[in-house]
Amino acid sequence: MKEITRRSFLKLGGVCALGLLAAPVLNAFGKGSLLKVTSDPAAKSAQRWAVVVDMQKCWAGGGETCRECIVACHREHNVPDIPDQKDAVKWIWKEPYENAFPGQGNAYTEEGIRGKPFLVLCNHCTNAPCVRVCPTKATFKREDGVVMMDYHRCIGCRYCMAACPYGARSFNFRDPRPYIQHENQAFPTREKGVVEKCNLCVERLAVGLPPACVQACPHGALAFGDLEDPDGEVRKILRTCYTIRRKPELGTEPNVYYVI
Amino acid sequence: MRDTSKIAIGLVVFVVLVTFPFWYGAGKRAEPPVPSLDTPVIQGLEEKKCIEDTGFMREYHMQLLGDWRNWVVRDGKTVYVASDGKEYVMSLQNTCLRCHSNKSQFCDSCHHYAGVDPDCWSCHLAPEEPAPEEGAK
Repeated sequence: MKEITRRSFLKLGGVCALGLLAAPVLNAFGKGSLLKVTSDPAAKSAQRWAVVVDMQKCWAGGGETCRECIVACHREHNVPDIPDQKDAVKWIWKEPYENAFPGQGNAYTEEGIRGKPFLVLCNHCTNAPCVRVCPTKATFKREDGVVMMDYHRCIGCRYCMAACPYGARSFNFRDPRPYIQHENQAFPTREKGVVEKCNLCVERLAVGLPPACVQACPHGALAFGDLEDPDGEVRKILRTCYTIRRKPELGTEPNVYYVI
Repeated sequence: MRDTSKIAIGLVVFVVLVTFPFWYGAGKRAEPPVPSLDTPVIQGLEEKKCIEDTGFMREYHMQLLGDWRNWVVRDGKTVYVASDGKEYVMSLQNTCLRCHSNKSQFCDSCHHYAGVDPDCWSCHLAPEEPAPEEGAK
């Protein structure tokens, strides 16, 4: 048998190394041709979704009693109506001014809004603390800014609930199914042992519809749009009206704005 | 060695118990399941074909559903382009169960036979049976 020389051994090694490099390249090309998913052409897209709640319009339209947005959201997403407040699950609800904005400590400038109900929901923060603490990446940030939950991955550890400074998350302490009056057959429920929250209606955005709360508000108090679009509806309102955000001092960069 | 008989009896009992499943089931056969395709929507189809061909669906539906879940939930893609070019909205509740509205006759028949218990239905809503047609939008 021919003795292998150092030179031919190195050559052979070089060829083998090239072969290893070729496999990932070929795989990448192979995958490209098998692309099998796409989006609805009508889907709404943005760089960063934001919501503006005009509280003046909300109160003028009966903000104390009107619950249209809450009902629409909770029906759309099969959110259970659990009477025991300790176990309650909520995606969008009302909170008195003092609770929603505890950092606004100006003595008399806010006399007019003290004690009034504010509509609160997940802020879909740009620096979302819930995303950072989730150990399974069940909560994650979409490219369009929505802080989304993958309930398949949620292990119910509730780190996200501890991390969220807005209390926007609810835990299913019990099976939610018996507490859902009108099941929306087009949307799943959740199960006992997972955390849930507002998803900014990604399932509606995917087919070109606005979020359910925005559509349901009979007083036009809710606006929705791309914060990065300088000519968009959201930016127009932010330019012309005085708005506040919840706990901006925490640096979470919430994307829900309030006109007061 | 005065315990020989006791040991022998014990051994016989042990062997009989251990081999019980084999001789109990000998000669019998468990009928393989026949998933029912008899739903109003499927009956109304011109071409009775799932989104991919039957062999693929039978073998890979679980991988396909897992991919659908990841594409929809994590990537925000909602439309599946089948190998024949047709497009389908990726949704267990709204696409699969629209045709296969008979979960107990379709999904469950095989899953029970195979002894698998997927936990889809703790969150996803199955259409009410036997109410025909209803449940899908």
